[in-house]
Amino acid sequence: MSKIREAFNNKKAFVGFLTAGDPSLDKTEEFILTMQDAGASVIEIGVPFSDPIAETPVVQEANVRALSAEGGCTTDMIFDMLANVKDKVTVPIVLMTYLNPVFKYGYEAFIKKCSETGVAGLIIPDMPYDEREEILPTAEKYDVDIISLVAPASKSRIRMIAGDAKGYIYVLPSLDAADGRKDVLTDISDIVAQIRKVTDVPVVLEIGVDYPEAEYETIADGFVVENAIVNLIAKHGKDAAKPIYDYVKKTVENL
Amino acid sequence: MAKGRYGIHGGQYIPESLMDEVLKLEKAYEFYKNDPDFNNELNALLAEYAGRPSLLYYAEKMTKDLGGAKIYFKREDLNHTGSHKINNVLGQALLAKKMGKTRIIAETGAGQHGVATATAAALLGLECEIFMGEEDTIRQALNVYRMELLGAKVNAVKTGTRTLKDAVNECMREWTMRMDDTLYVLGSVMGPHPFPMIVRDFQSVISREARAQILEKEGKLPDVVMACVGGGSNAMGMFYEFIKDESVKLIGCEAAGLGADTDKTAATVTTGSIGVFHGMKSYFCQDEYGQIAPVYSISAGLDYPGVGPEHANLHDIGRAQYVPVTDDEAVDAFEYIARTEGIIAAIESSHAVAHLMKIAPKMDKDQIIICCLSGRGDKDVAAIARYRGVDLHE
Repeated sequence: MSKIREAFNNKKAFVGFLTAGDPSLDKTEEFILTMQDAGASVIEIGVPFSDPIAETPVVQEANVRALSAEGGCTTDMIFDMLANVKDKVTVPIVLMTYLNPVFKYGYEAFIKKCSETGVAGLIIPDMPYDEREEILPTAEKYDVDIISLVAPASKSRIRMIAGDAKGYIYVLPSLDAADGRKDVLTDISDIVAQIRKVTDVPVVLEIGVDYPEAEYETIADGFVVENAIVNLIAKHGKDAAKPIYDYVKKTVENL
Repeated sequence: MAKGRYGIHGGQYIPESLMDEVLKLEKAYEFYKNDPDFNNELNALLAEYAGRPSLLYYAEKMTKDLGGAKIYFKREDLNHTGSHKINNVLGQALLAKKMGKTRIIAETGAGQHGVATATAAALLGLECEIFMGEEDTIRQALNVYRMELLGAKVNAVKTGTRTLKDAVNECMREWTMRMDDTLYVLGSVMGPHPFPMIVRDFQSVISREARAQILEKEGKLPDVVMACVGGGSNAMGMFYEFIKDESVKLIGCEAAGLGADTDKTAATVTTGSIGVFHGMKSYFCQDEYGQIAPVYSISAGLDYPGVGPEHANLHDIGRAQYVPVTDDEAVDAFEYIARTEGIIAAIESSHAVAHLMKIAPKMDKDQIIICCLSGRGDKDVAAIARYRGVDLHE
């Protein structure tokens, strides 16, 4: 069983998300361990990108902060940080990155680095199912899961995508829901039901509010709130460890 | 590998949230492009509303003055709304209507595509929202008001470099949030498949007309066909029907800003490298880690860090040549064509005119160049005055 699958064994998983390098890579390293100590089951780390077209304004701003931070935040610096922290991390690390930084680094070189630094999965928001063939063989060679994304607008594509999924399936809300402007996810129960028909791969819901509604809690295996921790970092900067710990702990206890 | 490839370029690199809608658009377009009613309606709009066919104008004075090849201009600047953008916009807005959409959104750089989209929306009774980088809303304030006069809502985009690429980002985001009633009317031969194909098809009217017009006037094909390239829609339209004519040399003129050897440039093919961005694989200005570079050109319409995937492939296979043209050269050409031919051409199109001025004198008198004048330059007059240090009181 893959490291990612194990993280979902017999529990509802809390998936923590933050943007690497916000406010600095040293702090990212610290916050990864903070989230782990507080009970996060999986940690997603966003690779900052100049043009994050699928992100909420909150995460867009984190990308800007990371890229404009003193010393910058390059792909190599992120891998160095991950290598540093590797031995202390027991939960699976998943990188969330736009395709261009991976393409430019070279698929082989990037994924090899992932496997060397303990990255168990990749989420690539601008690489739909239909284009993943160009990266999939390399990912399989290094045993790095390409996490499949399903959106409310996926409709008839859901079963096709879920059928080939590895690691976990990331169910996206509509963008305005991710941004907390709408707390209802469209037809989410129906989406999860369709996924369940073709696979037993864990389902992670991205939700816009801090706690999943009871209905979603029953049907999903895990939850990610993209804005929550990023918001705490925006507010508390380098002193965000304590608020992050408290937030993750409370959320995990409530699951 | 998915559809919509030009060599290794193109593809559909977009968030899953948009896939279903983009596939729907592809299906609708594949149907309507062969639908006689759709084509009759579009052709009627192009003829009766946009003013097509556009003139193929023999620039006798420039020909004489430059002393080489015979120079023809394809006068897209004479279209309604003042640029080639109307060709594509009428097609896509009509397609939106056929698909049952009630709202269209679009990005714009210089404002040409925004004005054209707002115009088509007014004519066809569609709601319209335009996304424009804040920087560009300042550079092209008149066009913002023009769009508002036409009933469109203009959103100033305040992220990133606040220019065209950020307007595209915001437009994609907006489309993701509201797809049911909305079509994204992309302004250039870029983005995910099927956009590069749809925009090229609607713009290919330029070369279809030009090819027939030159054969009628000269009884032979031109030696050179050229156009300016940002995303590359007027160039693709100008090139398309000539691609199969191997004797015709195709030249795309990129905006080099302060120079292709400086970091204040937007010359994508000349200085960029292959990447994946805005839904497509193509050439992009980017750093070693794949961060998209801030680009610069005096021309807001060419101020874009990428180029359409079909151009990238024409470059790869050597069928078209892409050359850099600086701000200085473009401004000189802007003034030269005004003085010599009495045509105030867009600063974008002036990039092509500038390169034409370099190559025409070296060609024989029996050779022919067709250059696309993609837009008129009224919108640029104030900026050119500023560039020359002239203080205008409006």
